[in-house]
Amino acid sequence: MSTLDDKPKEVSDSGGFAILFFIVGLVASLVVGWVVFPKLLYSQKKQPFDFNHQLHNELVDDGCQSCHFFREDGSYAGVPKLEQCSGCHEEVQGETEDEAVFVNEYVANNREVPWLIYSRQPDCVFFSHAAHVKAGQMDCKTCHGDIGTSTTLKVYEENRITGYSRDIWGKNIAGFKKNTWDRMKMDDCSECHVKLGVNQTSVQTQKGACFVCHK
Amino acid sequence: MKIDRRSFLSLGVGAGAGIALSPLPWKLTDDSSIWTQMWPWTPVPRDGAVNYVNTASTICSGGCGLSVRKIDDRAVKVEGLKGYPGSNGNACIHCMAGIQMLYSPNAVKSPMKRTGKRGEGKWQPISWDEAISETAKKLGELRESGKASTLACILNSDYGTIPALFKQFLNAFGSPNFMRTPSYQDAYEMTLALMHQTDSMAVFDAENADFVLSFGSGIIDGWGSSVRMFKANSSWKEKNVKLVQIEPRLSNTAAKSDQWLPVNPGTELILALGIAHVIITESLYNKDFVEKYAEGFEDWTDNEGNKQKGFKNFVLEGYSPSYAARVTGIEANTIVKLAKDFAGASAPLALCGRGQGTTPGSIHEFMAVHALNALVGNINKKGGIWAMPKPDYIKWEQAKLDDTAREGLKVPRADGAGTEKFPHAKYLLTRLPEVINSAKESPIQALFVSGANPAYTLPDTKAVAKAFASIPFIVSFTSHMDETAEMADIILPNHGHFERYEDIPAPPGYNKPVVGLARPVISPQHNTRHVGDTLIAIAGKLGGTIAESFPWKSYEECLEKTMGENWTSIQESGVITNPDYEAPGWDTAFETSSKKFAFIPGNHNPGNNSLQIPVIEGNDNYRLTLIPYDSMRLAAGPVGNTPFVTKTVSEKVLKGNDICIEINPKTAEKYGLKQGQYAILTTPKGKAKVKTELSPGIMPDIIAMPRGLGHTGIDEYLAGKGININELIGPVEDPASGLDAAWGIKADLVKA
Ligand code: SF4
Repeated sequence: MSTLDDKPKEVSDSGGFAILFFIVGLVASLVVGWVVFPKLLYSQKKQPFDFNHQLHNELVDDGCQSCHFFREDGSYAGVPKLEQCSGCHEEVQGETEDEAVFVNEYVANNREVPWLIYSRQPDCVFFSHAAHVKAGQMDCKTCHGDIGTSTTLKVYEENRITGYSRDIWGKNIAGFKKNTWDRMKMDDCSECHVKLGVNQTSVQTQKGACFVCHK
Repeated sequence: MKIDRRSFLSLGVGAGAGIALSPLPWKLTDDSSIWTQMWPWTPVPRDGAVNYVNTASTICSGGCGLSVRKIDDRAVKVEGLKGYPGSNGNACIHCMAGIQMLYSPNAVKSPMKRTGKRGEGKWQPISWDEAISETAKKLGELRESGKASTLACILNSDYGTIPALFKQFLNAFGSPNFMRTPSYQDAYEMTLALMHQTDSMAVFDAENADFVLSFGSGIIDGWGSSVRMFKANSSWKEKNVKLVQIEPRLSNTAAKSDQWLPVNPGTELILALGIAHVIITESLYNKDFVEKYAEGFEDWTDNEGNKQKGFKNFVLEGYSPSYAARVTGIEANTIVKLAKDFAGASAPLALCGRGQGTTPGSIHEFMAVHALNALVGNINKKGGIWAMPKPDYIKWEQAKLDDTAREGLKVPRADGAGTEKFPHAKYLLTRLPEVINSAKESPIQALFVSGANPAYTLPDTKAVAKAFASIPFIVSFTSHMDETAEMADIILPNHGHFERYEDIPAPPGYNKPVVGLARPVISPQHNTRHVGDTLIAIAGKLGGTIAESFPWKSYEECLEKTMGENWTSIQESGVITNPDYEAPGWDTAFETSSKKFAFIPGNHNPGNNSLQIPVIEGNDNYRLTLIPYDSMRLAAGPVGNTPFVTKTVSEKVLKGNDICIEINPKTAEKYGLKQGQYAILTTPKGKAKVKTELSPGIMPDIIAMPRGLGHTGIDEYLAGKGININELIGPVEDPASGLDAAWGIKADLVKA
């Protein structure tokens, strides 16, 4: 007559094996999560043509404001319109291929350049450049980094789900940042707002907290 | 050792732990929340430089001044233009939502030629050159065959350069058949032509009136220049000006009035004469005006020695308050009190034209209401009705005529206006379908339609469709695929309402001269052309005297030259006006031979005959009377509702795709009908499935149906919603004027 106790005990034998499987699963998914996923999440897009900020910065009198200015009504113009560029670029200048593309495809056809905007925020966010630059006296670099000294435009990485640039979440997939301009998520805005005790209320809603940026 | 279930579980746990330790779940959660809050397909206003363009509206005849906000080159918002005469900073929902029309995916995108059968909806885009050559060829053939007079043009206005260009074209071509779509303005113009002997427009100093007696005019339902009337109505409320609304249905205007008098529909004429009776018997009339500046009040002997009855005895003998009470359903003492209040006010104003005034109505009703204004001496006075000269800034050289044109112009008009039978009428478009349908060969062989949609707006759509079917060549200048365009052979699309120049003269009823300027707010979105340029091009192609009659290279040049020295100022301020304009005094206002106001115009004396209320269609087998009603939320004119505006229409008017018919609860009970029930509505003109809407605001035995629904064209958001009341009602010819005097039709409603 046999009992349960008579059965060979193999359970303990497979313990090490289970750990191995656990580790394999863990490592594989860590690789997926940290390496494969970010690659899959973002598509790489090229700007219509390259642009040299440094070169232009040397030629203008008023720094960033020369091209990225405030309109008369106080709103911020953002990326320059073709009209601003075509004054100087009516004819091809220099010998770069990008310049030729710009003049022949856009200036000649009076077509706006479909720039991909690294700092474009979701539409539910209300952001006023005037409040930050004029009232808050912040410089461009705090949020946008040293873009003014760049000689070339980086690849635009577009989030396949949201359609926004990777620059919003930041290059670091874990969300860590070294510089103030490494990320542009809500936490980064609120970090500064909390630190500086910003307690303005929204002009439109007369409410504070979330309503300052979300109307 | 063996790989078992446990190993796989471990793998899974490890993978789970690994994923949890990676940014993947957190990042995915964040991204999907952004995605769900910002659906990529939701349109988002573009960011850019804000700028404003001031213009005037061509959407409806109201012609309000507008300020359009643009982001870069996209129009995004419409607001009223401050300082613009009449509308002054305000606009109604139709213009505000007009951006949807501007960027409508259903706009006509290029010239088109019909390929299938009429109305089948098969079109082929063609080039402008082809379209113009083909149109000119067809017209040339008409002239060659001696049928120049068979070309007709239907427009929604006859003021301004666009109608003037069409008239010029018809003259040079050799046809008398310019036609304006019908409205209460026809009846008012005729009233002034008869009683003042002036060719003028009836305008109202509404803001300064201190007692307003409205014979069914939808003051806040779109009558006159709608936005201006809204403002006037608000000012009355502030100043305690009394508004008495006389109509069988509790319209918005009636609901907001100080006194609503539900009247048996169609009997307003008798009520006006009953009121006149009290004013005369009680001697409350303005003696100064009646005795010194008017004729035909007392009996008189005419040139042939015949005794003629004057207005006084005509009214006193036939229209006592008790008689009026019997006919109208309004108690005699109410009529007496009303007459006393009206005559006792310092600036009383009586006005008519039912609802939005899209049906002209009985000429005798207009004359009776006008006589009330005359009795109290409030003609051309502060707060009264004024006869204002028509705009006269277009001073072109007359069209050059060749022999064909001269011959063609001798032919009488196809609609009978200005003929012996209807000498006072200028346009009788509602008669045209019947004329065509009863003729062996249509007297109209080619038709141009611009700014109008007769296939939808004219009563008895079936007869209109039949008539259009026998017109061999129809050209539509529409920018949207409306019902008339569906019947056309060629569409030569005009620019959209914010894509073109146009002068906008004479907002209806506004008592100061105004010429507004509609101007391009954005550049044309499609391969369209200004209707003026198209007409000039067709004239050029036809050549000869026709081409010579158009000495302009483009419409813009034509407009600039027409405006002359005002061109700069109209461009700057968007409008030319004269706020100081005053109507001429009584001694110079009237052009009759005696220079007096004519209570009874010479050739219009009803003598001993009592005036008839226009008899509507249908016999006693129909137990009810159907009347149309207007609402600000339903565009019933040539332009249909935009989707945004249709969203504002109440479920008591349109439920899903079903149209609701207002019926009094007592009537409903009598005929076994319940709220919200499907019912079959029958009239002598047709049948429709409707829903019942019980409302104590409609008189018993009357049922009411909104205008502006039941489109088949324009776009998929409007087509198929409800029923077009014009399918169920036909015109009723006013024997005295030829104008359409239908105020309703006999009907029946039974449970479906
Ligand atoms: S009344 Fe006519 S012109 Fe005026 S805002 Fe309304 S739709 Fe536009």
